[in-house]
Amino acid sequence: MNKLVKNAAEAIEGIQDGMTLMLGGFGLCGIPENCIAALAEQGISGLTCISNNAGVDDFGLGLLLQKRQIRKMISSYVGENAEFERQMLSGELEVDLVPQGSLAARCYMAGAGVPAFFTPAGYGTEVAEGKEVRYFNGKPHILETALEADFAIVKAWKGDRFGNLVYKGSARNFNPAMAMAGKITIAEVEEIVEPGELDPNFIHTPGVFVQRIFEGTNYEKRIEQRTVRQKTQS
Amino acid sequence: MLDKKGIAQRIAQELQDGWYVNLGIGIPTLVANYVPEGLSVEFQSENGILGMGPFPYEGEEDADMINAGKQTVTLLPGASIFDSATSFAMIRGGHIQLTVLGAMEVADNGDIANWKIPGKMVKGMGGAMDLVASAENIIVAMMHTNKRGQSKLLRQCSLPLTGVKCVKRVVTNLAVMDITPQGFKLIERAPGVSVDEIKSATEGRLVIEGDIPEMQL
Repeated sequence: MNKLVKNAAEAIEGIQDGMTLMLGGFGLCGIPENCIAALAEQGISGLTCISNNAGVDDFGLGLLLQKRQIRKMISSYVGENAEFERQMLSGELEVDLVPQGSLAARCYMAGAGVPAFFTPAGYGTEVAEGKEVRYFNGKPHILETALEADFAIVKAWKGDRFGNLVYKGSARNFNPAMAMAGKITIAEVEEIVEPGELDPNFIHTPGVFVQRIFEGTNYEKRIEQRTVRQKTQS
Repeated sequence: MLDKKGIAQRIAQELQDGWYVNLGIGIPTLVANYVPEGLSVEFQSENGILGMGPFPYEGEEDADMINAGKQTVTLLPGASIFDSATSFAMIRGGHIQLTVLGAMEVADNGDIANWKIPGKMVKGMGGAMDLVASAENIIVAMMHTNKRGQSKLLRQCSLPLTGVKCVKRVVTNLAVMDITPQGFKLIERAPGVSVDEIKSATEGRLVIEGDIPEMQL
């Protein structure tokens, strides 16, 4: 079992104009920096991107927005990106806003073979427009469908050539659910380790969900809101 | 009248020992600073943390450890990390005892609007719709009026809804109110605020029964 590829350029081979991609991360935390850079470099366009957020103006998915490579975004929160807002309000960019929990579940369910499910989130709001409503235990729920992607691109801390992945801290976020959902899942990791080095008891994403894996380079890991407290004298 | 910190301080009095609590961005985040001594509560951050602690000391920030507001945070002993699907399973599944969030508008039937101003501000709902649709206990923390002095406590929301008939209690700079079938029931007044002031700042139906006590902070 060897899913190892050389680098981001090799990992994204086969991604074509107009495809649907899932990209892990929450804000700029746990985003596949290397693959985003490679997509920007190759100029693949007309993409539909499923990602909780849309990056900031000059980092994360903001890099693809800058170059007009994204046709449609499916996200839950897009508040940190002025270029995004401009493209959305001018109609250049199609945007589908999805409640965050529904977004995570729609990825997870796609990977789990559940084509649709009922959730209470969004009932009675714009999100529910055109969706089937059913009552369970006296409470209204709306029908949400699983989201499929040609490629899912995730970022992990460590991984092996079998595709087993371990994430670090809150950089886990959407990555495990999206890893399950891609027809082809690409994992970029900070460190490739030998099979057996990752304790099987503590693997977050089993290798079966991953088709390509590589060790990324030069992670910037930009912090969006650096908040600290002062050491108090005692 | 209360400031934002005062609102957070008053909401912290609602916390109960053993509760798991989700705090939204803005005033709700401040509630964590006022947990009454001796209470054990765990704060959930919907990006995948239970047991969130204070901001890190300078130089100890970790890009891989942020809260839902994308701020660097720390973990407390006993904390756990999980993925987004699990996080919302916790929320949707009713495992979180209290949700505190901000709002642009609240209606006297418990409707809430806090995610969109058509044509102006469209940032997205984030996790708010999942939270309000699922939580048993939802407290809204907000100012009583907007920047133009208009009431945010309405007969009916004018902005796109985040959730319907879900808010249980509202704590503002002027008052504590519960949502009842008859409307906003006035529970407490902020220090130095009269019932008449609250009445004139509230557009929705306001229920006033007997003497309304002043908040004890």
